[in-house]
Amino acid sequence: MLNPNLNLNEKLFDNPEKVATREGFGQALVRLGKINPDVVVLTADLKESTKCEEFAKAFPNRFFEVGVAEQNLAAVAAGLGVSGKVPFIASYSVFSPGKNWETIRTTIVYNKANVKIAGHHAGIITGPDGATHQATEDLALTQSLPGLSVFIPCDAIEARKMTVESAEIEGPVYLRYSREKTPLITTEETPSPKGKVATFWTSEKPQVTIFATGHMVYYALLAAKNLEQDGIQSLVINVSSLKPLDEEGIIEAVKKTGCGVTVEDHQIIGGLGSTISQVLAKNTPAPLEFIGLRDVFGQSGEASELIKEYQMDEKSIAEAAKKVIKRKG
Amino acid sequence: MVHNLSEEKLKDLKLKANKIRKLVIEELSEAKSGHSAGSLGMADIFSAFYFHILDHNPKNPNYEERDRLILSNGHICPVRYAAMALSGYFPLEELKTLRKFGSRLQGHPHRTSLPGTETTSGPLGEGLSQGIGIALTANLDNKKYHTYVIASDGEHEEGNTWEAAMFAGKNKLSNLTLIIDRNNIQIDGNTEKVMPLEPLKEKYLSFNWNVIEVDGNDIEEFIFAIENALSEKSKPTVIIAQTVPGKGVSFMENDYLWHGKAPNQEETEKALLELNAIERKLNA
Repeated sequence: MLNPNLNLNEKLFDNPEKVATREGFGQALVRLGKINPDVVVLTADLKESTKCEEFAKAFPNRFFEVGVAEQNLAAVAAGLGVSGKVPFIASYSVFSPGKNWETIRTTIVYNKANVKIAGHHAGIITGPDGATHQATEDLALTQSLPGLSVFIPCDAIEARKMTVESAEIEGPVYLRYSREKTPLITTEETPSPKGKVATFWTSEKPQVTIFATGHMVYYALLAAKNLEQDGIQSLVINVSSLKPLDEEGIIEAVKKTGCGVTVEDHQIIGGLGSTISQVLAKNTPAPLEFIGLRDVFGQSGEASELIKEYQMDEKSIAEAAKKVIKRKG
Repeated sequence: MVHNLSEEKLKDLKLKANKIRKLVIEELSEAKSGHSAGSLGMADIFSAFYFHILDHNPKNPNYEERDRLILSNGHICPVRYAAMALSGYFPLEELKTLRKFGSRLQGHPHRTSLPGTETTSGPLGEGLSQGIGIALTANLDNKKYHTYVIASDGEHEEGNTWEAAMFAGKNKLSNLTLIIDRNNIQIDGNTEKVMPLEPLKEKYLSFNWNVIEVDGNDIEEFIFAIENALSEKSKPTVIIAQTVPGKGVSFMENDYLWHGKAPNQEETEKALLELNAIERKLNA
């Protein structure tokens, strides 16, 4: 059942309200603009779709349009960051940190510039735009950079909270947002993750631990509910901070079941699955199954069609859970 | 910046430039790798910056009102390190640690390792953008400091340089001055053969910059250009500084093969002999 201690959305399985995580980003910027005069926002010709517009209207002198120039976006922000500002840079993940990765590496991360990198339109749920615009490698690009925090909010509310909190962190942060509207999983009363994993679905005698990140947490919860109907108990863990990673929380969650499934809208190479494997291999080896893109690019289509096509839906997650339970020694 | 440049001061700046060159040769010789030609070519400009132009404090490198000097083409950091040591940021002795394990003097500059370097650089084309960010902060906070960026001619092949040039022109950043080390060489040969850059002046003019062309090995001319840049209040200035790569060491001058090479023991002795001769001449 949904963890009763976390004040999650009671209507989650009953036509839940859907809001894109990018909306949470936009709301957070306006709030930050009011509470922190050093917050500045830069975009590369994507003001509207990355939801910077309200901030730009409210704080025009703290908003910078750099045009379609993602390297300049990153390095100008680095200059602002080392001279005392708290810059947020907004573009699509494919372009930032995709196109400008080395600029981010050198001028922001290695340079310890206090820049927050907002990667929008991440994952195959970017949908009709096609694979060129569906970032499914950004977690590999970012989590491999020493000292860069990597946050993946599961819904719009968590997105707003994590964005606001990222400004309080002294140092670079990557935040991942989606274009598509996705179900609200948490509520205003749900505690902010603060770098810890959270158990969203609990069971008395769980047989499998499902680790999910971003909007995929919803599919993981649907799978948990379906598994319950099939008499299989599980845990669903929301991993919203890929880095720093709550290794203790992950180890503890796996020890309860002895096996796991990882679920992400990202390549299974270099993202959540790879990282959890590494933690388990070192601490408590356990069989794992991986839900995500299996070394393929996406394509145009509606988000729901793509999630199904690439076997990332609740049915595929439940099957993976059953499979991994059988693999236990 | 002191506007009156006396004969005596000019002579001192020339001597300092020559001393910087000697330190560069010694640093690179000790490191056994690094970039000789560009470092030597820019010694006059670094002397002018550290001993005349910049409002800076070697004993308090991070004080907020300081002028910012950003080195975009980080590979010529030996010249910056030499100028910094000579002006008192750290002991001259530390120059011998360049590129060595545990040194603050990384092979390419790292901001948090060595206070005073302002940015981390090496990968080309990124310095002007960072300078822009720093200049924007000055505007937002009403700070009077000036931001200077040194970039190479070769790194104008990087798209990022032009992204930044467009942005600075659009935003009329008159508190930003770019100095281009126009030495016409890069790793693979002559810049005009690798990728023609001319007409460079017209390119910047069309991006709405104030453009000044100078002999980058003439300290007086360079300082005059900086004064011109500081008096420009409506747009950013670029000073295209023609320099001689390898300047002061006859067998290195204008030879692109010295772009990324350090002198061996014999070459070091020969180079120092030549630079000592120049020093005697300046003192005569």
